[in-house]
Amino acid sequence: MTTDFIDTPSSARRGFLKSVGATTAMALTIGFVWGGTTRRAFAAPVADTFTPNAFLRIGSDNSVTVIAKHVELGQGAYTGIATIVAEELDADWTRIRVESAPADAKRYANLAFGTLQGTGGSSAMANSWMQLREAGAKARAMLLAAAAKKWQVPVSELTTENGTVYHAPTKRRATFGSLASAAAALPVPSTVTLKDPKDFKLIGGHAPRVDVPAKSHGTAQFTLDVAFPGMLVALLQRPPLFGATVKSYDASAAKAVPGVVNVVQVPGGVAVVAKGFWAAKQGRDALKVEWDDTHAEKRSSAAIMDEYRRVAEQPGRPARVEGDASKAIQGAARTVSASYEFPYLAHAPMEPLDAVVKLSAERCEIWAGDQFQTIDQSNAARTAGLKPEQVSIHTLYAGGSFGRRANARSDYIVEAVSIAKALGANGTPIKLQWTREDDIHGGLYRPMYFHKLEAGLNAQGQLTGWKHVIVGQSILADTPFTAMVKDGIDSTSVEGAANIAYAIPNIDVQLSTTRTGVPVLWWRVVGSSHTAFAVEAFIDEVAHTAGQDPYTFRRNLLAHNPRMKAVLELAADKAGWTNTPLPPGKGRGIAVAEAFKTYVAQVAEVSVDKDGKVKVDRVVCAVDCGTPINPDNIVAQMEGGIGFGLGAVLHGAITLKDGRVEQNNFDGYQVLRIDEMPKVEVHIVPSTLAPTGVGEPGVAPVGPAVANAIFAATGKRVHVLPFATQNEA
Amino acid sequence: MSTSFVLNGKPTTLDADPNMPLLWAVREVAGLHGTKFGCGMAQCGACTVHLEGQAIRSCVTPLSAVAGRHVTTIEGLQSKPAKAVQAAWIKLQVPQCGYCQSGQIMSATALLEHNPTPSDADINAAMSGNICRCATYPRIRAAIHAAADSIKG
Repeated sequence: MTTDFIDTPSSARRGFLKSVGATTAMALTIGFVWGGTTRRAFAAPVADTFTPNAFLRIGSDNSVTVIAKHVELGQGAYTGIATIVAEELDADWTRIRVESAPADAKRYANLAFGTLQGTGGSSAMANSWMQLREAGAKARAMLLAAAAKKWQVPVSELTTENGTVYHAPTKRRATFGSLASAAAALPVPSTVTLKDPKDFKLIGGHAPRVDVPAKSHGTAQFTLDVAFPGMLVALLQRPPLFGATVKSYDASAAKAVPGVVNVVQVPGGVAVVAKGFWAAKQGRDALKVEWDDTHAEKRSSAAIMDEYRRVAEQPGRPARVEGDASKAIQGAARTVSASYEFPYLAHAPMEPLDAVVKLSAERCEIWAGDQFQTIDQSNAARTAGLKPEQVSIHTLYAGGSFGRRANARSDYIVEAVSIAKALGANGTPIKLQWTREDDIHGGLYRPMYFHKLEAGLNAQGQLTGWKHVIVGQSILADTPFTAMVKDGIDSTSVEGAANIAYAIPNIDVQLSTTRTGVPVLWWRVVGSSHTAFAVEAFIDEVAHTAGQDPYTFRRNLLAHNPRMKAVLELAADKAGWTNTPLPPGKGRGIAVAEAFKTYVAQVAEVSVDKDGKVKVDRVVCAVDCGTPINPDNIVAQMEGGIGFGLGAVLHGAITLKDGRVEQNNFDGYQVLRIDEMPKVEVHIVPSTLAPTGVGEPGVAPVGPAVANAIFAATGKRVHVLPFATQNEA
Repeated sequence: MSTSFVLNGKPTTLDADPNMPLLWAVREVAGLHGTKFGCGMAQCGACTVHLEGQAIRSCVTPLSAVAGRHVTTIEGLQSKPAKAVQAAWIKLQVPQCGYCQSGQIMSATALLEHNPTPSDADINAAMSGNICRCATYPRIRAAIHAAADSIKG
């Protein structure tokens, strides 16, 4: 039985689970199952199951189970996936449940990533769109064929609605469940006609999120909640400096803590393993480790930024060159220059990283809010000394990620497996639990960057030259994705800058990639988390120098890019940019960005009090993400992206002093709280184009929109992030 | 060492270190997993429970401090305001990742139990201790107002 990890809310359900035995165990090993409105979460698959493809299972009990290849980490992927399948299937939404897919690149690769299974780059809807429409439509075709055969009527006379096939001429009907076993015996059609988008009912409608009821009752299953009998909890003492290693350790005091079972050294540090979190925490507090910091990063972040400023004066590698920007700027009637400094940022998802591992000589089972299933599978296999197919991954709800769990090194998974291995790979379930301090100190930050920009305007105030130098670490270098670095350009360092949308005759974007001992990673909206700020804050400075309205100035440079122009116009219009002046002490700023093929424009309104304290009152957001699959979720992701981005530009910074991270917890690493959240209005551009993602793009414009609003209110530009830094200076 | 208290209306005795934070006693000893670990130092509110009807951070409350007292976790919510809050959370589709939401709901419920018609400033004061990294804050605010309206109605 593998049911024990399920935190069942009632003993009745637990009894039920045990009584159904092996079938349930099989279902549960597939992954966590969401229970829909009826919370039939852990029911066994019924005998006559119709499994037309890897994404769908229809039971004779009329249950429709959609298998999600993407993790649900808040972005609404489970609901979006279910919506696409259910739309083409004409399923009854109240009978839909979602189950996480096992790690299997053959069936569940992210088509945007190629051959690996994972979630990121706001790609879940974009890459699933045609795949899941087809999966739903083919299943529907087979159910229709089964009904036609049963009733001896032409398929053309049949219709479907809400999980039922109808034959109007004879007033017959059959539920999908009643046709499941007959449909299962039929061949899968090679082609199928998809719905005309004008007939969509769920897509673009109001399908409620599948995970919201459980998440509103405290019953949603996170990795933190996994509990097996005999499970041990491990806390890992990691080095205080990045790159330091264990010289020696004294476990005697740790082992004396009641409940501590063992102390083991692993490649990442020294793990204290106990019967529960509290004992493990006390044990780790008592552990004495001597570190070898010979190869550790010992610089301060301020010193690293000093170096970046010097590097920016040297030529970098070309990321985009059109015309001759230097010449255009030299010959310009007016020039503008500015630099922007971006700190390291932690992701700080609410659920500190955690993973449960059950490792034996032959098998490794992992439970985690897993974001890179097949990468984590192979890294776990390498660590355990097993083959990837001997490693199974159960993807649970993730308590946030913002990029942190999408990690090519699989750091927290590898730690958990290495601890289980050091303990003897004896099948004992081990839960590795990070604390918040571990998370804040743990690296894999959004890199620190320095941006230097110059622009030239001719006598008519037209932008003739644009030079942009970016200095910072590469996210992809030294990872399995290193092949994506082309000609010295890591696209994640320059996206949003190299592809600047504005029509400028001479453009020169350069990148200087630095190396430090601080491990870095993508952070929500990746490159655009800094490039959009630099581009949109600077274009505002350029517009001001040109003596033009910043909205009109942008708009005139976007005639060739109708989607970007349209979101800009929509946001400006809804915010009352041209016709609703603000009183003194308030300011309005605008910014627009494209990220992952989604276009977002935002207008921020701020109040600045006499002490210079900034309050963001309102953000008006326009978004074009192609076909809106779930409009309410698009609104939610824009709201959330705005809050996430705003917290970072207001407060977010990880700083190092002599190599040590200076922040420890949410007291030092401050994030947005409810009292700082502005009113947000979201306007979605109607579209029938293929859908793109919404999890990340909303983050990109908020920082520069707010910075530009601060300028409008105060005449002061923000060049160093976070904003809190200026107030201290 | 054992500590006796009333957990979700039921007399309960937990055999655990009296210094163990209530959070871990509730989760790992009592087996109730709705209350979450977020920071361990009363910074984020993910661990919020009610002690005698007041919202407290269970991650910094030793088990010994609740001896003989009433503790309510999200599993034990019964009051009219609590049900209104949870219904509003679902109606307004508040959660995203959902990890902080037990704590948010416990804080919101305690607020409405003491102040059935909170202003935005009251909501800020009661809810600023609860971090949501998904920034579901606009919906949290709207849901609290909606719950207040539904209780009045």
